[in-house]
Formats: sequence, C-alpha cells, structure tokens
Amino acid sequence: MPYSSNQINDKLELARSLVSHLEAGNDEEAASVIAGLAGFRDNLLFPEVGRLTRELHESINSFVTDTGLADIAENEMPDAAERLRYVIATTEQAANTTLEAVEESLPLVDLLHNDARSLAKQWTDPDSPELLINESHELSIGLSNFLKTTQSNSEVLRDKLSEVLMAQSYQDLTGQVICKVINLVNDVEGKLVELVRLSGSHENPSNDKIADVPDISPQGPVVPGVDKGNLITSQDDVDDLLSSLGF
Amino acid sequence: MEVALNKNMSILVVDDFSTMRRIVKKLLKDLGFTNIQEADDGKTALPMLKTGKFDFLITDWNMPGMPGIELLRALRADESLKGLPVLMVTAEAKREQIVEAAQAGINGYVVKPFTASTLEEKIGNIFNRAVA
Repeated sequence: MPYSSNQINDKLELARSLVSHLEAGNDEEAASVIAGLAGFRDNLLFPEVGRLTRELHESINSFVTDTGLADIAENEMPDAAERLRYVIATTEQAANTTLEAVEESLPLVDLLHNDARSLAKQWTDPDSPELLINESHELSIGLSNFLKTTQSNSEVLRDKLSEVLMAQSYQDLTGQVICKVINLVNDVEGKLVELVRLSGSHENPSNDKIADVPDISPQGPVVPGVDKGNLITSQDDVDDLLSSLGF
Repeated sequence: MEVALNKNMSILVVDDFSTMRRIVKKLLKDLGFTNIQEADDGKTALPMLKTGKFDFLITDWNMPGMPGIELLRALRADESLKGLPVLMVTAEAKREQIVEAAQAGINGYVVKPFTASTLEEKIGNIFNRAVA
C-alpha cells in the first residue's frame, strides 16, 4: 500500500528529529522516535494481514460449502469404509461357501474312486470258466450297490458344483461396490487438488456443485448399514411389489 | 411343473461383469438353452438386438455406457423390439427403481444375489404369461 504525501512528510519530520536527538545525545527521545517510525509500518501491515486472513477464511468456507466437502467427510467417507467391510464379508462368505462345497465333495469323489478300484480288482471276464457262481453273484451285488451310490452321489456332487458356481457372483457384487469407492477416492483427490490450488492463490473455487443424484440412478448392491431408505432386501419383496403393480 | 419353453430360442445376456455373464450363461445351459450370446453393456447390446435375431433379453441395470434401464426404454420405443421379453437381473433394489423398471415395461425382475431356481421360475413366468 503506497504512503500518502502527508505520511511521507510526517516520516521525514520524524527522521529529522531522530537525527537531531541522536546528535544531542538524547537517547530516550531517540528511542521513542524510532518506535514512532515502526508504528507506521505496523499500522499498514496489520490491516493487510487481517484482510488476507478474512479472504482465506471466506474462500475456504465457500469451498467447503460449494464442493460438498462436509458431506464427504461426514457421510461418504464412513460409508466407503462400510462398503469395503461389505466387500470383505461378501468375499469371505463366497470363499467359505466354495471351501465347504469342495470339502463335502472330496470324500464323495474318494468313495467313487475307491469303489471303482475294488470293483475293477474283482472284475474278470464274466464268460470266463474261472468265474465261480458265488463270485459272480458277489460281484453283481457290489456292482449294483456301486451304481446306486454313484447315482445319488453324483447328484450331490452336481449340487455342490452349482453352489461353487453361484458363489462366484460375489465378483460382480463386490466389483460394483469397489467401483463406487474408487469414484469417491477420485472425487476426493480432485477436491484436494482444488484445495491446494485455492490455498496457493486467491482465485474463487469452481462453482461445480455436486449434482443431485436422481432417485433411480444405479446404486449397486445393498450394503447393510450404509444404504437406507426404500430398499428391497429379498426376491420375495420384489415379487410382492411387482404383483402390487399388476405383474 | 415344467414350463414348455422353446429351448432353441436366441437369448442375449448383458452384464458388464464377465463373471456374472458366465454364471447366467451356465444356468441357462443347465436349463437346456443352447443359443446364448453376450454383451457388456446397453450400447453394444442395442445394435445386436436390432438385428432382430433375439427372442429374449436378460440384462443387468448398473453398467457403464448404457445402463439396463436405458436399454429397456430404447427397446420399448422401437417398433420392432417393443415386444421383446426382458428380464432384469440386478443388484439394484430400491423400491423406486423396481417401480421405474415396471413402468418402463420390464417382464421380470431378479435381485442379485439370486439362486438358480429363482432364475428358472422368472423365465418360466415370462413365457407362461406370453403364452396365456
């Protein structure tokens, strides 16, 4: 801030009196004149610091309001943590389902293998004269049991394999949730960049407000504890709703 | 109660996650369907559907590019495709969304995660109704 001509004259006057006090050896008066000169600088500096502080404060305030930073800090960040917990729970559940199905399947496969091996040992050409009547009878019973067991066990195996197949849907469900968290991270990154830019200059923050999310925009899977409102949690509820709509 | 379905009908499965496409495809094969093709979002699915080669569409909702609901609206606005049976298989479970899908002309709605029997039942319902 430039000095006015009055202020310059005042300063010159003070400077002259400082010289004459020093020449006369009046130390106390000289010191008070120096303090007076310093006061000139302080009187200009303090209002300027005050103005800058107020501008920064206002910029940060409007940045927080305009960019929805408060909402991110209060809601979206905790939600993101909850969503990631959902990912852990869902992948854990899928892993357990798969492991259980495999653990239950392995003994059935072992049984199939062992029975087939012991039958193969007994097996000889049925037309061969060495095959005794009672041996042949025993073999028939063994074979018949084997076929029965294999029929029912292969059905169980099929169910277990289907369970493993369906359990893989976790990849889609958790993928959608992770995409949401990635979007949030990108969003926060953008805002941090803007905050850095803002504190480095006095430009106004952009006025891009966060668009209101339309009601039916894709939300991804329902995450317990995060998603609130009009949520449907089971296929039965979906069916009820649709039938109330005339389906 | 077995529903008489044309097992040769041509089905398009649309989902951005290949795992889910694979699962749905496998379940459809288990049900006896053999003629199944895939697309990863509405944008790729729409030109495929416009060839008129498909008898049935199974689509996800939440997809980049063109979401399932937009695909459904595009079909219902198209003279030659407005009657195509569409089953939505999605994790979207807001009441407003289901109502929206119903109003846009969906034929069935399955929420993920789902079971093989749910999928079978909904497909059965769609074609039962179409026949009735």
